[in-house]
Amino acid sequence: MSRQVNRRPEGGRIDRDRSLGFTFNGRRYTGFAGDTLASALLANGVMLVGRSFKFHRPRGIFSCGAEEPNAIVQLGAGARTEPNLRATQIELFEGLEAASVNCWPSVEFDAGAVSDWFSRLMPAGFYYKTFMWPARFWPQYEYVIRHAAGLGRAPAEKDPDRYEKFHVHCDVLVAGGGPAGLAAAFAAGRSGARVILADEHSEFGGALLGLGAGIGGKPAIEWVESTVGKLRGMAEVRLLPRSTVFGYYDHNDLGIAERVTDHLGPAAPPGPPRQRLWKVRAKQVVLAAGAHERPLVFADNDRPGVMLASAAQAYVNRYAVRPGERAVVVTNNDSAYQVALDLDDAGVKVAALVDLRPAPEGPLADALRDRGIDVLGGRAVVATSGGRRVDAVEVGRLNDDADRIVGGTRRINCDLVCVSGGWNPAVHLFSQSRGKLRFDAAGACFTPGDSYQAERSAGACNGAFRLADCLAQGLAAGAAAARDAGFRKGRAPAAPKAPEPEAAPLRAVWRIPLPGDRARGAKQFVDLQHDVTAADVALAAREGYAAVEHLKRYTTTGMGTDQGKTSNVNALGILGQVTGTDIAGVGATTFRPPYTPVGYGLLAGRDVDHLFDPARRTPMHAWHESVGAVFEDVGQWKRAWYYPRGAESMRAAVDRECLAVRNSVGIVDASTLGKIDVQGADALELLNRVYTNAWDTLKPGRCRYGLMLGEDGMLFDDGVTSCLGENHYHMTTTTGGAERVLAWLEQWLQTEWPRLKVYLTSVTTHWAVAAIQGPNARRLLAELCDDVDLGAFPFMSWRDGTVAGIPARIFRVSFSGELSYEINVPSSLGVALWQALMTAGARYGITPYGTEAMLVLRAEKGYVVVGHDTDGTVTPQDLGMDWIVSKKKKDFLGKRSFARSDTARPDRKHLVGLLTEDPREVVPEGSQIVEEVRPAPPMPMGGHVTSSYWSAALGRSIAMALLVNGRNRHGETVTISLPDRNVRAAVTKPVFYDPEGEKLRA
Amino acid sequence: MPETYPRQGALDHLRLDARAVDDPGDAGVVMCARRFVGKVNLRGRPTKRFREAAGGALGFAPPVKPNTAAGAGGVSALWLGPDEWLIVTPPGREGEVIEGLRARLGGQHAAVTDVSEGRAVIGLAGPRAREVLMKGCPLDLHPRAFKAGDCAQSTLARALVIVHQTSDAPAYDVYVERSFADYLWRWLEDAATEYGLAVIRG
Repeated sequence: MSRQVNRRPEGGRIDRDRSLGFTFNGRRYTGFAGDTLASALLANGVMLVGRSFKFHRPRGIFSCGAEEPNAIVQLGAGARTEPNLRATQIELFEGLEAASVNCWPSVEFDAGAVSDWFSRLMPAGFYYKTFMWPARFWPQYEYVIRHAAGLGRAPAEKDPDRYEKFHVHCDVLVAGGGPAGLAAAFAAGRSGARVILADEHSEFGGALLGLGAGIGGKPAIEWVESTVGKLRGMAEVRLLPRSTVFGYYDHNDLGIAERVTDHLGPAAPPGPPRQRLWKVRAKQVVLAAGAHERPLVFADNDRPGVMLASAAQAYVNRYAVRPGERAVVVTNNDSAYQVALDLDDAGVKVAALVDLRPAPEGPLADALRDRGIDVLGGRAVVATSGGRRVDAVEVGRLNDDADRIVGGTRRINCDLVCVSGGWNPAVHLFSQSRGKLRFDAAGACFTPGDSYQAERSAGACNGAFRLADCLAQGLAAGAAAARDAGFRKGRAPAAPKAPEPEAAPLRAVWRIPLPGDRARGAKQFVDLQHDVTAADVALAAREGYAAVEHLKRYTTTGMGTDQGKTSNVNALGILGQVTGTDIAGVGATTFRPPYTPVGYGLLAGRDVDHLFDPARRTPMHAWHESVGAVFEDVGQWKRAWYYPRGAESMRAAVDRECLAVRNSVGIVDASTLGKIDVQGADALELLNRVYTNAWDTLKPGRCRYGLMLGEDGMLFDDGVTSCLGENHYHMTTTTGGAERVLAWLEQWLQTEWPRLKVYLTSVTTHWAVAAIQGPNARRLLAELCDDVDLGAFPFMSWRDGTVAGIPARIFRVSFSGELSYEINVPSSLGVALWQALMTAGARYGITPYGTEAMLVLRAEKGYVVVGHDTDGTVTPQDLGMDWIVSKKKKDFLGKRSFARSDTARPDRKHLVGLLTEDPREVVPEGSQIVEEVRPAPPMPMGGHVTSSYWSAALGRSIAMALLVNGRNRHGETVTISLPDRNVRAAVTKPVFYDPEGEKLRA
Repeated sequence: MPETYPRQGALDHLRLDARAVDDPGDAGVVMCARRFVGKVNLRGRPTKRFREAAGGALGFAPPVKPNTAAGAGGVSALWLGPDEWLIVTPPGREGEVIEGLRARLGGQHAAVTDVSEGRAVIGLAGPRAREVLMKGCPLDLHPRAFKAGDCAQSTLARALVIVHQTSDAPAYDVYVERSFADYLWRWLEDAATEYGLAVIRG
């Protein structure tokens, strides 16, 4: 266990009484509560934390937050392991285990680093250029690329943790809890508005936690604590620390990822979820997301020890860690001056402050000079040297146009290079909300322009980099947001004073020129995570990929897990330079959610295991379970598929069930059929418009089968509708079509036919349906029903009656071709009815049968199942069902399409029956019928098998198919092409059993 | 309904009675299955004539304010749409309500449909009941936006529901299609776990 060699003796927002042990790349270290993994590693003198994606160059901790490109780690092991987390954002906990990604066998010696030696051979677009041809080699290429690609490992085991979701509404959502966000939440909260303040860090305060700044004459941290205290006292303000607003969607719908117990590691209590997804609908949004410091692009600017200046400042102040012993600060703006002072205060020797601007002046420069720190104006760091860590920089003088280094260079030894190339407002959420960015020339950065949704930006994310401006903008934005959300009292409180010296303008130099003697070779990195250099950007532009979206994809800049937070603007600046456009003209790529990666577990929430999708149960479900039924999914329904007896196979069970129906009586749970109650003076008119046949003659007590078509004339649904009384009908639909048909009818009624007086009510689950089918069905019903004259109860009629003492509605309809009664009773009595039928039916050997037998029975009769034998391209005529299409009706849905030439042509695909030459052969459904057998595909196709079963009643296989011109080919023999052989079958009428329908009407 | 056969509620297979407690103690969430509540779907344009007729049958006029419920004498009417209500009755009284409505609405364009058996009702109460709903329901359930007497159709997890807030305590009745009742109950139970769940008799 190593000592925390770089820990300052005092200070910082860490708890030195709570020492935490952790492991990184297998070595044990200790840190303190309040550390991040990155700050704890730095405290232990660990700077080298990873290898770069493409060249496997050593990389160090670069930032202290969400923008981190280098310190990407794999956290934990086993089922809980998580890839691609930023060490700068992982709160330290006892027992934490982390490892570098993208290096093998170790971060110190990485075999992949050989790719750096060949890096001249791997320019931008390398993969596109190299792996394109010959095409047949692609599988080999893909194997190599997949092996080399990707950071980290996904867990192989099931995630053992629990993730939850909350839907929440608020008046004002404030994204970001730095000075502007705290001020905004305070101003909005005091109006009484419902406010949510979310911040990605463990504590509120944002940049103030790492600055020595003052507010209102006191240390800024006191203002933070007092403001948070006031917010806690407001009943309608919800504070969400450790919560990243990661997505901004339409209609002010935002996603927040709250890490509830991640920071506790194994000590997390069992109750609360690990993470919680907040789906927020906000009336108003205040974006206070802060800003990311921008690096400078110079040669070998990726060596471990090169770090954002503000990060170095946060490490010394907030975490009491010295990230180096001897620093060079290089900047193009004022903000890094305070960094140099803070480093000096922390005991880090500042060897020099290098300022790109020619004549640095002002109180901060004076303060540095007073301390004896060199302030080198008009100069830049042009290159670094070192192995696994930087050991020196070369400093050279910039010419006036900043496109050349004049004179020689000077070497300055250091182990820390603090860079500041200005600041990029974190406009990610603003851009996701579809707000338009504008380029701010003074700050050389993109700032929010016109808003698209009800949001406003405040503070650094709005381009306000001075603390006093952040506070004032935050207060004003919070008050205005509350006012716009309807809270009239929302007047902005006066902003506290936060004195800062006047800032001088920055000098934007997108790429520090190389000294004249080194025009080639040295890499000037733009995107550290994806190893994209300034030369790559220039090459892409030369090769024609000069549009930003092309540049991004060709070079992959900004496409890493950090999404280019430190690289995008520099890439755009260099592209502008290369193409002679200004950066405003180049534009920016689209920002997309998430702001930082979110885990799948969070998005899935509790939609896992048995809660993944609802399993709809019929009233008799428990009975089916109790007798060992095997279920199948039909949409969300669980339907009994077959009922095996003992070790019976599926085939044997289905054969037995089918024969019971054909020879005696079977019972099937038909409760899932869609049922719609249709009432109103125009109910009949509606039926006439939506079904193909005529309904005027349907009398009360009678049922009729109907087809519904889409406007295209293709089959949409089918079912039996019964006349219950004057202007009152009971419509049934297919199981899968219940919701679709109701929505379709409502759509017509509400949008096209609002004058029709019809009301539709779904009664699908009000009724339990037990259908008894078979030659003994009437005898069975007679035993349980004495108030219906079964002798005067013809096919396609219905009766109200009492079955086994239960009030029932009995429909004499059939889907098996046998004498059949569908008995409908209130759902709560479904089991009672079923059991009564089973008991009374015992003497007939009543046999419960499932959906498989149901399908076989209907296929024997040639009854189609919509969506099984049809696929949205099938007309009633194709099915040979012209008889159900009214020639007399003036109109019905789909009629007009029959006049389309393609719908009317006589040689469309028609439904036919198929009988294989070998009666034992059951071809798979979906098999292709070929018109000509050739040794290998392609072969001319004639159609496909839609239904195919073993028919126990017929002692042979049967099939139905859609076959080109099939109606006129009865008697022909066709060939069904299977993967390993061809099967010959005779084309027949699609009716195999009782073609005259005598049993049905018996 | 005949007494000879036991009616089965949509959640009976979960044997909730065996788990039911008399005193929920400090449970954050209290749930029950409300068995055999009568439900009648009422359709009609809310003209004066319609409201008078329906009001005469129910003893109160169906509410016209969207997403509110009204009631009297144990019967309530939940607004579902500009011309649609769910009339909720104590178990067994749906028949008389249907007859009364049909009698008074005769001659008008209206529809009265018994849907008692098509939906299950789950009672959800306790100090953390609102949070449980928030886990799966996109409605704004904050007391400023949704109070006792309010109702709305929405989704809860992956089921379509009607949520009716019956008291400011808060307490809710959640109506769900009968076939989804098993799923929704188990989803609610899972969501309530972290707050402590007690099952009581309906």
